[in-house]
Amino acid sequence: MSLYKAETRRLVKRRFTKLFVVCGLLVLAAVAAGVFLSNQKVSPETVAQAKAEAQAAYQQSVEDTNRALQECQAAQGTAKANDYPPKCDITPPQQADFDPQWYMPASFDFRSKFPSMVSTLAAVLALVAFIIGASFVGAEWSSGGMMNLLLWRPRRMQVLGTKLAVLLAGTTVLTVVLDAIWTAGFYAIAMAHGSTAKMTSGAWQSIALMEARALALVLVAGALGFGLASIGRHTAMALGVAIGVIVVLQFGVGAVLGLANVKFPELYLAPFWIIAWMNKQYVAENYQTCDFSPTGGCQPDTLTITWQMAGAAMVLLFVLVVGGAMWTMRKRDIT
Amino acid sequence: MDAVLEIDGLRKTYRSRKGTRRALDGFDMTVAAGQVHGFLGPNGSGKTTTLRTLLGLIRPNGGRMALFGQEVPRHLPSVAGQVGAIVESPQFFANFTAQDTLSLLADAGGLRRERVIAVLELVGLRDRAKERVRTYSLGMKQRLAVASALLKEPKLLILDEPANGLDPGGIREMRTLMRNLAESGMTVLLSSHILGEIQLICDQVTIISAGRRVATGSVADVLAQHASSAVKVRLEPGIDLLGTAAILKANGADVTLEADHFVVSNAGNPAQITRILAEREIYVSELSPVAADLESVFLELTGTAPVEGQNRQVDQVTAPASGGWGQ
Repeated sequence: MSLYKAETRRLVKRRFTKLFVVCGLLVLAAVAAGVFLSNQKVSPETVAQAKAEAQAAYQQSVEDTNRALQECQAAQGTAKANDYPPKCDITPPQQADFDPQWYMPASFDFRSKFPSMVSTLAAVLALVAFIIGASFVGAEWSSGGMMNLLLWRPRRMQVLGTKLAVLLAGTTVLTVVLDAIWTAGFYAIAMAHGSTAKMTSGAWQSIALMEARALALVLVAGALGFGLASIGRHTAMALGVAIGVIVVLQFGVGAVLGLANVKFPELYLAPFWIIAWMNKQYVAENYQTCDFSPTGGCQPDTLTITWQMAGAAMVLLFVLVVGGAMWTMRKRDIT
Repeated sequence: MDAVLEIDGLRKTYRSRKGTRRALDGFDMTVAAGQVHGFLGPNGSGKTTTLRTLLGLIRPNGGRMALFGQEVPRHLPSVAGQVGAIVESPQFFANFTAQDTLSLLADAGGLRRERVIAVLELVGLRDRAKERVRTYSLGMKQRLAVASALLKEPKLLILDEPANGLDPGGIREMRTLMRNLAESGMTVLLSSHILGEIQLICDQVTIISAGRRVATGSVADVLAQHASSAVKVRLEPGIDLLGTAAILKANGADVTLEADHFVVSNAGNPAQITRILAEREIYVSELSPVAADLESVFLELTGTAPVEGQNRQVDQVTAPASGGWGQ
């Protein structure tokens, strides 16, 4: 327990931890402010204004069409006739083509738009957790702090396990607190500049489950940063692997798969697995194929990555990296 | 006296793509309770590997180690609380203050935080305790390292080059500290290259070379066992020093001329000198052994004495000279 307490103090005291948490909070604050400023509450006035704008646009379109028809008829028999459709076949606009909905200002509908905000929160916190996790153990290795600690506590697995537990506990507290603030904040934004309609208990349950998946994603990201930095015994190891994965595997593999006409390149790219995890599924479509149906016509072939598949991949990655870190901690000399 | 530390036949081999290297090759060492024990060896001889292995940081390939009678590394967790150690250069997280660094260690070890202030006072860092370690000089980091080793009031203190980076005053303070700790009953294992310091403060020494023990015992015993075969020869006034030296050289002596005397460095049997000179009616006024110091014994035992015109490599040792002229 004393080691857990000491490591918690160490994690909280580190400037790097404070800096990246503050950076993450600033990004999240900017997102919330952007949403707040770019959305408006729908009022009878805004609805009336949107209807008026739609009507004006319809009228303008009718006038433009009539003028074009007159010009076309006048041009018949001249060289300019070729600039118009044959027999001046110009279709007049329909009122239905000018839906007042399109002229409404942006409004934050909590039920439909908050899930993407949860994904944003998860992405920012996962990045912060990865970097803090890598630095928490990487700096200990590179500064010699780990060796000092092992002279006091010569139980390698206990020391590394406690550090990981502290990181995951800290990440959980941060994520749960921010999840609550994020939800409350966007609910307030929706009330002020949008709508909170149709928020049934089922909708709340769905949001709660999505936030739980966000927490899992953040924890796995933190553990991966921690594990990679521990295997490489330096923070740069984890960051290097992350950059390598993004540049080489994601962009490089993406380009190669595109050139090779692979049916579903998304299957090999991490972001789509993360989307599947957060949104419960991701449907990849192959537009080069045609599944003909008498009712729908030519439909593209699809492949669905489910949240269960994405979850299994995350567990596998977690076990491989954290297991590797534990194994190297146990086996390798500390020099 | 009970042995606080016992090492028998310790072996450690490093394997790499370039081949294998035996860092420890059946090394033995015993440190009795209450001693200040010097641990000497040239660079790359296996000192730090021995200490790291003893403290569970490196896995040995063979041999036996025990601390306070308990086999390590198996029982290291139960005896670690009695062992304070610094290994090689002091390394700390640079952005924490000295006080934070030690209080985190105290928390990890379940110690009272009051100990932190006490040890910082002891090593002379009290007034700089709230400054970041990043701003410390090497000597101050060394003091902090010693403070961290003393924090848990150990029964065995293992210090690897504690005088590194210390100013002359700091070295003297460190020497006094070692003595005081030993007098309070603490056993100190001190690895150092400053042989004068070792000679001054250590009761016993162990010398390691190429992963093996080459000498052990009290400083006086080690010096006596490896006493120099050199003798200082002074002649009666008016005797030709140069001519006399030439006579001895002609008889195989290795003679070095000084201002008013000469030294025969390979005098295995000093009586031979008096016999040869007396036969020529030359009489000596002084014939005294040249006292060996720890440095010359160390260089001889470890085969690391510099050779003129050669650049000795770290792992290179030369066979010590044996025998002497006149035997």
